[in-house]
Amino acid sequence: MDNNFFIDSDKLSDSALAKKHRLESDPSVRSDHMAYLPDMEHISSDIMDRVLSEMNSFDYNKYTGLDVRRALTHDTCSVEDFKALLSPAAEPFLEQMAQKARLETQKHFGNTVYLFTPLYIANYCENYCVYCGFNCYNDIRRMKLNMEQIEHEMKVIADSGMEEILILTGESRSKSGIEYIGEACKLARKYFRMVGIEIYPVNTDEYRYLHECGVDYVTVFQETYDSDRYEQLHLMGHKRVFPYRFEAQERALMGGMRGIAGSALLGLSDFRKDALASALHMYFLQRKYPHAEISLSCPRLRPIINNDEINPLDVHEKQLCQILCAYRIFLPFCGITVSSRESAQFRNGIVKIAATKVSAGVSTGIGDHESKYTGKEADSAEGDEQFEINDSRSFSKMYSDMSGEGLQPVLNDYLYV
Amino acid sequence: MSDDKLVIGGREFNSRFILGSGKYSLSLIEAAVNYAGAEIITLAVRRANTTDSENILDYIPKGVTLLPNTSGARNADEAVRIARLARELGCGDFVKIEIMRDTKYLLPDNAETVRATEILAKEGFVVMPYMYPDLNTARDLVNAGAASVMPLASPIGSNKGLATRDFIQILIDEIDLPIIVDAGIGRPSQACEAMEMGAAAVMSNTALATAGDLPAMAEAFRQAVQAGRKAYLSGLGRILTRGASPSDSLTGFLHD
Repeated sequence: MDNNFFIDSDKLSDSALAKKHRLESDPSVRSDHMAYLPDMEHISSDIMDRVLSEMNSFDYNKYTGLDVRRALTHDTCSVEDFKALLSPAAEPFLEQMAQKARLETQKHFGNTVYLFTPLYIANYCENYCVYCGFNCYNDIRRMKLNMEQIEHEMKVIADSGMEEILILTGESRSKSGIEYIGEACKLARKYFRMVGIEIYPVNTDEYRYLHECGVDYVTVFQETYDSDRYEQLHLMGHKRVFPYRFEAQERALMGGMRGIAGSALLGLSDFRKDALASALHMYFLQRKYPHAEISLSCPRLRPIINNDEINPLDVHEKQLCQILCAYRIFLPFCGITVSSRESAQFRNGIVKIAATKVSAGVSTGIGDHESKYTGKEADSAEGDEQFEINDSRSFSKMYSDMSGEGLQPVLNDYLYV
Repeated sequence: MSDDKLVIGGREFNSRFILGSGKYSLSLIEAAVNYAGAEIITLAVRRANTTDSENILDYIPKGVTLLPNTSGARNADEAVRIARLARELGCGDFVKIEIMRDTKYLLPDNAETVRATEILAKEGFVVMPYMYPDLNTARDLVNAGAASVMPLASPIGSNKGLATRDFIQILIDEIDLPIIVDAGIGRPSQACEAMEMGAAAVMSNTALATAGDLPAMAEAFRQAVQAGRKAYLSGLGRILTRGASPSDSLTGFLHD
């Protein structure tokens, strides 16, 4: 059973509704998702071809328990071993995978766990991505914070003790331009030691500008690496261009960023293939840019406003755990972030095995940190959320819970210079 | 596995054993090549006999690829000059860069090697640099246009085996070019181990030159290299560790 993503709002005009339906039902009216738009930089890179060819030839049903056992005893995990660990044949070996993953995590990260929080500064969006709460046809309260409001949000978050922030926007160049984001990042440098961004993909020179504004880390989710499926889910907007998005992290590194993160959104397509491609994407980038710090996330589909039925289909917690163990064994040095999309119980368990970073004090809405953190009623408008979170623990609760699990919470491990 | 070829500079080779030609009588070269099954043989241009009586080129069987080396070069400029001479002499486009500014241990100078590689690759040579196994240097060699990377196992001529094992493994894991283990391999078992680790080929000279029966040792090396390659391609089996007892379940928290 696939998700039903198509929800009509009664506030849409007849012509808007007609266009939406055409996009949904008639592929011929949609633009070529593999063609760069005029303003999009086209870099020379073979990474996308390498990732896609590995993914397309990945026949996960051919692996056996023997392949998995062998992979678990190797000192270094080859791409072939990694494929075996992602296969259905590895499911009965989940506990052994977790034991090995924990050893690798401890070797490379000790008992540390990093804490951070996202800050959404705007939720305007020009894309129609059918599963996303921010999509341009979804009837939500839209908002864009001004600098004063952003600073206020940052103060509230910084007061809680947080030192790392991830700044997010919806994907709208016209509403949330690069300079707007850059100014927000400069503000963030005043209140936080580490600033990351998760915004629409931009060109190398724009990443360089954002780096100069204080950003060190760029996260871009490819959503799915299956370009045909991608085409069916991203019906309109800049995000529709698959290769430009794929190359975002590489452009970020070319622009001087220290680190990059990425992943598929699990549940949109064949999750084993998407997990393989997500890890290989980071793996090939790290080989090409050996100085880069790489990180993987593992978001699963979540319900959104106006569509509470959306779910990650066949990616249950066991499968998610298998993927994360495989990631850790294949890329022992790679950061792994588990977001508040997952339950407190899952996050408490997975940080002991593979994850190195969790968010806390999370809101995916706009301008609502004060009301969420203090319970104080909002005296100004708030913008709606991108998706429903699961784990709503505050920074201090997360800090004490992680300490209670025998882990050492780390707020920052790098100085921007 | 029958189509398993070693590809260097666009040329395909069936054999993964590269033979050195020094330290033994020229009359034995043909036997060594045949018993070792070698398709590539090195030639020290600077050290080759220049008199008319004994020309090494007369002893090398047809169909074998000559790999002139720059042995005796003390810096990049000398290596470049030797490589160009080799090409002029009709030795082809392959060149193995060896740059040593130390006459006791003969350890390669990595920085000069990168420099020579860059110059010669631009001139169209198929450059195979001999180097001390250092990851950053290996990456520099890739960027400089090398066709393979040839890390040493232990000091050249020492027959001491895989003293740099862990560092060679890093190169095999991280570098996309063929990694050819060169220098220091003293026994067939060591050549076999290098191949099991995933090395693309092994090069040896002293181990054969100093053996009691050179052709027999050449054959032993051929078999060892083939066995190691086959083991690598087969995927080594699992190792049972003793005393590993499962601790508390790590995955008990999963549900849904």
